[in-house]
Amino acid sequence: MYLSDEEQAMLAGEQGVGVAQAMGIITTLGNMYGAADLIPISSAHISGVSYKNLGEAGLEYLEDLAATGAKARVFATLNPPAVDMDDWQGSPLLTTPAFAKGQFRILDAFYKMGIDGICTCTPYEVNNRPAMGDHLSWAESSAVSFANSRLGARTNREGGPAALAAAITGRTARYGYHLDENRRADYVINVNVAVPDGSSLSALGVIVAKKLLNRTPLFVGFDRELSDDEHKLLGAAMAAVGSIALFHVEGQTPEAIALGREISAPHAEYLTVDDLAEGYRALGIVPGTTPVDLVNIGCPHSSYAELVEIADLLAGRQVRTKFWIMCAPHVVHQAQANGVAERLTGCGVALLSGACTIVSPMAQTGVRSVATNTAKGAFYHSSYNGMEIHLGSTAKCVETAVSGIWQD
Amino acid sequence: MMERTFEVRVIKAGDADGEALVSSEPLGFLGVVDPDSGIVTETTHQLHGQSVAGKVLVFPTGKGSTVGSYTIYRLKKNGMAPLAIVNAESEPIIATGAAISDIPLVDQMDISQIKSGDRVRLSAGLLTVYPQAVTEASE
Repeated sequence: MYLSDEEQAMLAGEQGVGVAQAMGIITTLGNMYGAADLIPISSAHISGVSYKNLGEAGLEYLEDLAATGAKARVFATLNPPAVDMDDWQGSPLLTTPAFAKGQFRILDAFYKMGIDGICTCTPYEVNNRPAMGDHLSWAESSAVSFANSRLGARTNREGGPAALAAAITGRTARYGYHLDENRRADYVINVNVAVPDGSSLSALGVIVAKKLLNRTPLFVGFDRELSDDEHKLLGAAMAAVGSIALFHVEGQTPEAIALGREISAPHAEYLTVDDLAEGYRALGIVPGTTPVDLVNIGCPHSSYAELVEIADLLAGRQVRTKFWIMCAPHVVHQAQANGVAERLTGCGVALLSGACTIVSPMAQTGVRSVATNTAKGAFYHSSYNGMEIHLGSTAKCVETAVSGIWQD
Repeated sequence: MMERTFEVRVIKAGDADGEALVSSEPLGFLGVVDPDSGIVTETTHQLHGQSVAGKVLVFPTGKGSTVGSYTIYRLKKNGMAPLAIVNAESEPIIATGAAISDIPLVDQMDISQIKSGDRVRLSAGLLTVYPQAVTEASE
């Protein structure tokens, strides 16, 4: 692999041990994937932020790296931590002081490396919205999918350590989704079923992910223009259940528009989806009428538009279950400034600022059953947190919160 | 059985000489290998209860959370890391962990040629296996 003089100097330690270590990660991955050279990136998005996931090992690595003086040389955002960033003590997550201490040491290590601590799994909602053709190094599978698909930017599905190394070197290796030849669809999905809401789009994503694993679908046959939030939910489902990093929608996503018929490869296979039941079944959802402990929205993080939608659906009614919404701190602050937060909290809803229930300790909250509106949330609450789960539209989740009962 | 030498792909350069610990199933690190003892704690894993410390660790590929790279780093700092890692086909979690922990890593070989207890020597893109019985007979 070709390295410029500056890149060789970075690898040799001329800019410090931390930079050399980061360059070691980037070149190791580049060599493994047969990259020709390195490319400058316009931003990084780093996963591996939660103390629950990182533990002492990750904390130690990040503090060691920060102590070398290594700094991010491109704009970088962070995935959610395991605590409410605005008020961990008042949060319904019931965070213990020892846990909060570990979590804030992790965040401090990132701050020390010049990463400004915007914590969200939807960085494109706040201030890290790449342009078409930008090269990125992003972790967080749902954000990778959104950046590649909805925005036409270019990133591989990075791991947390590799994205951090890319932030520090300002570079990533040229392979995978950075190359034109790896971005065309090799599966055409004919959507022959109504997908009126986010949960049905999620179920569609599950079906496609189970079939395609890590290939690149082109969706045809949607009866409408999908919104940003709908792209988010569809992509998140396919990235969590499979490892799909890029999808196209005929006439809607930027590369599908730019390339027209050329967007699908000549050898592409075809799949028609005309029933969504299998998508719900594959998530381990058992239909039934049952009490629910928690209605949890915001996996991936909710947008401001979604908060307004929920406030309108609640229309001032009190909730009986716990009802938590995760969003980026920026979105929480916007909702606070516009009175939307007050409309929600007045009904008994809690906004978790920057946090994520999936990567937080949930045992202490007593929650055993969760209703949510996304496949990603359902998938991880079940597989990672061992919860009983229900998946439905946002409206259905809101009615469940008000009645306390999930009804199938 | 005689010693056998294989050409392998070097992902993280370095030499090693030690006893093999072989898994025929993929291995994650986060929540699977205890970073303080090197012992595999995942009860359903075929290496459960065994320590990776000081071994030439052989498995098909990595799996699980990308935070596993940091577990490898902590193993190294605690002196409980493997001497080297041999994969059939490596992936970013293991490659990143090896890069930050300075652990030699090679792949692209038929790992069924190595058995736990064999002596494995790794040098300059060549991996030599000395089957256990031969090693014992020569000592």
